[in-house]
Amino acid sequence: MDTQSDARPVLEGPDIARVLTRIAHEIVERAKGADDVVLLGIPTRGVFLARRLAAKLEQITERKIPVGSLDITMYRDDLRMHPPRALARTEIPGDGIDGRLVVLVDDVLFSGRTIRAALDALNDIGRPRAVQLAVLVDRGHRELPIRADYVGKNLPTSLRETVKVQLAEEDGRDTVLLGAKPATQGAQP
Amino acid sequence: MQRHLISAADLTRDDAVLILDTAEEMARVADRPIKKLPTLRGRTVVNLFFEDSTRTRISFEAAEKRLSADVINFTAKGSSVSKGESLKDTAQTLEAMGVDAVVIRHGASGAPYRLATSGWIDAAVINAGDGTHQHPTQALLDAFTMRRRLVGRDAGLGKDLDGRRITIVGDVLHSRVARSNVDLLHTLGAEVTLVAPPTLLPVGVETWPCEVSYDLDSTLPKSDAVMMLRVQRERMNAAFFPTEREYSRRYGLDGDRMARMPEHAIVMHPGPMVRGMEITAEVADSDRCTVVEQVTNGVSIRMAVLYLLLGGNEPAVTHARTTEEK
Amino acid sequence: MSKILIRGAKVLGGEPQDVLIDGQTIAQVGTGLPAEGAEVVEAGGKVLLPGLVDLHTHLREPGREDSETVLTGTRAAASGGYTTVFAMANTFPVADTAGVVEQVWRLGKESGYCDVQPIGAVTVGLKGAKLAELGAMHESAAGVTVFSDDGKCVHDAVIMRRALEYVKAFGGVVAQHAQEPRLTEGAQMNEGVVSAELGLGGWPAVAEESIIARDVLLAEHVGSRVHICHLSTAGSVEIVRWAKSRGIDVTAEVTPHHLLLTDELVRSYNPVYKVNPPLRTERDVMALREALADGTIDIVATDHAPHPHEDKDCEWAAAAMGMVGLETALSVVQETMVDTGLLDWAGVADRMSFTPARIGRAAGQGRPVSAGEPANLTLVDTAYRGRVDPAGFASRSRNTPYEGRELPGRVTHTWLRGKATLVDGKLT
Repeated sequence: MDTQSDARPVLEGPDIARVLTRIAHEIVERAKGADDVVLLGIPTRGVFLARRLAAKLEQITERKIPVGSLDITMYRDDLRMHPPRALARTEIPGDGIDGRLVVLVDDVLFSGRTIRAALDALNDIGRPRAVQLAVLVDRGHRELPIRADYVGKNLPTSLRETVKVQLAEEDGRDTVLLGAKPATQGAQP
Repeated sequence: MQRHLISAADLTRDDAVLILDTAEEMARVADRPIKKLPTLRGRTVVNLFFEDSTRTRISFEAAEKRLSADVINFTAKGSSVSKGESLKDTAQTLEAMGVDAVVIRHGASGAPYRLATSGWIDAAVINAGDGTHQHPTQALLDAFTMRRRLVGRDAGLGKDLDGRRITIVGDVLHSRVARSNVDLLHTLGAEVTLVAPPTLLPVGVETWPCEVSYDLDSTLPKSDAVMMLRVQRERMNAAFFPTEREYSRRYGLDGDRMARMPEHAIVMHPGPMVRGMEITAEVADSDRCTVVEQVTNGVSIRMAVLYLLLGGNEPAVTHARTTEEK
Repeated sequence: MSKILIRGAKVLGGEPQDVLIDGQTIAQVGTGLPAEGAEVVEAGGKVLLPGLVDLHTHLREPGREDSETVLTGTRAAASGGYTTVFAMANTFPVADTAGVVEQVWRLGKESGYCDVQPIGAVTVGLKGAKLAELGAMHESAAGVTVFSDDGKCVHDAVIMRRALEYVKAFGGVVAQHAQEPRLTEGAQMNEGVVSAELGLGGWPAVAEESIIARDVLLAEHVGSRVHICHLSTAGSVEIVRWAKSRGIDVTAEVTPHHLLLTDELVRSYNPVYKVNPPLRTERDVMALREALADGTIDIVATDHAPHPHEDKDCEWAAAAMGMVGLETALSVVQETMVDTGLLDWAGVADRMSFTPARIGRAAGQGRPVSAGEPANLTLVDTAYRGRVDPAGFASRSRNTPYEGRELPGRVTHTWLRGKATLVDGKLT
């Protein structure tokens, strides 16, 4: 996927680090110490964000924070609109999720369909005490009654715009780009 | 658009690796409390078995059900097929019921190919074993088992079987498992050696992408995996070999022979085993023998194939080679 | 009967000439013949051949009228330029008695499209155990001279020896379907590289060659003549060549499909390519062409084997063996033998008319195109090229391996003893 030439950064590396620190503090505050928190990132970039958040939480709480990944491909509601996708890894930390506070982590919150699929997937894996959602960017345009508990940046967008998160682990640098969608192209996933 | 899995020879290296990688993820579902995925909800798969094979049918059925497909089982025995109904009519009847995929097992070589190419039906066709031709999902589960054991479960992701030495022993002539494995293992970069008495090798085998040997003992020390094929006792009556005892002595795998294999090497068998014929109980029950693992892996592989062929609006498996030939 | 003047036809592929038919006979062959009182057929450089003779046709009647009848089969024959077909004995009931051969012979007479010479079974019910009443069939109205268990091999060496000896008494000939039965149990296609890959039971060349070798030696030993049906392998060619060099009285036929098609086609698992003996390899095809050109193989015979659609619209193993061939034979021979320069049209006349008539002793057939001879003639547009469309076949069955294939040559006219059976490609 090419970044459009006219895309402009709305968050840069230091901003991203800062908002993750803030989110980590919010989690500790709302979860009253984050004793039973399990972070599950949604592949691909949600997993890197979850790991970064876990590191920050560990700094704050000085405890090991379980972190894993949750692939939602098999639970998507648009499977029949595309060729089958290669599956990503689902990695549930050793003690499982039963009775714990699961914080789902993703890069961009858009229609809410990915999170709907993630909730279904969680349901097949265990029964958390509660599920919360942390996202780096909320760009609006929800199609389901879903909201994030922790938001790095609220970014009002039009449907004709694209939001692209780049992270050092995958893309070589940290940035969030806002661009214009080429007129002919279909909806971004 | 190619939407079928008929022959292991149709798979490119990348197709095969994608299936193996997908199967690794599918295998993890088996470790969960709820061993089910919603992926094929609303899709109907028929298991069309013209030949008895409870093991293969149950494996496919488990895979289909774990992916939430609706499953129809059709066995020829006691059906209209035994009253002379043709393959074509049977297939068309099933399709009229709204079937998305047909998993077919047939005694006639080429029956799945015919079903997929004759224009009789539109459904995707998955070959679950045809005559003495092909059994692609068996070859895939064998390759999956080898990659796990010889390369590693996580280390194997994205990798093939480059340079691994695989020996296949027994009734190659009548074996669809051997044919499929030679094709797939070659595609995955393995070096395959077939070992059998000359009577149980097909005329023309010299053109296959593998080595051929009549001598098991000299091949064993150079093997990373040894796959024993079932040898039916009835073959003796057709003079393929003199006696059971002579066959076992020359081509059976016993403890002494197994000791000649490298320490890391595994023993495989597609089942059902004929203990005392091609394999002794000592070998079959040893922890180097992967027979039970192969059965478990079969479900993961079949889930992967079903997902990749049926999970989207078009298959993810390209079948580049078949497409080119046509 | 009226007069017909065929104007400007290349007789046996030679210089254009006029041929005048008067009644049932050729009256005159020459240039600038007068057209008065005659219907004129402008040949315009088409090739005129003697009416073709097929020593190996399955007409299916009695018993399998759903696939072919004597009438539809002879219409197909006329359409393909044939004026005589020899009808194989594997009908239901088997043509192993005077009664059955006379029935087929009479149906042939009634059809009027070409002469039908019934072939009698060698053994009762084609079972290979007991000689059929060969003498009675010869003495019947059908006057049978060719005997064959075709479809089955006369595999018992003693029965074969006796049959070869017995038919000498009335100048008959045994046509052997050479297939060692034990070596071909479960056989589905040529045994070789392709069968190994496809997992289909192999039909080894040696199963044909061993029987041919045995039978030419038997024929030599008892001083009989023997005819080999549908020879299909390079090895068989060598054996027949050797036998002829020893002076053994052996003749052999090859089918059009064995001159053109190979077992590579079986990769499609399409039963339209399933035939017995099976399609062989490229090497065999080349050896067969060469042998037909040099005379080692004497004739082309179609082995026209009609089957209903449902017997081919199924999986390979369940499908019937055989292909229709009468309406495409000459085109395939032109493609494989004439257009390749292996045979000229005089050679085609020899392999498809003169010699088969001589082997089968078909009176008045396979005669030269000259004055005083019976007017059995075939006019071929050799410049034509077109795709084979089974929908246009006169045969009741459509099991051709050539559907959609472009082939040269088209028979436009056929005359049976002066009576047109085919005019401008249309049956009369």
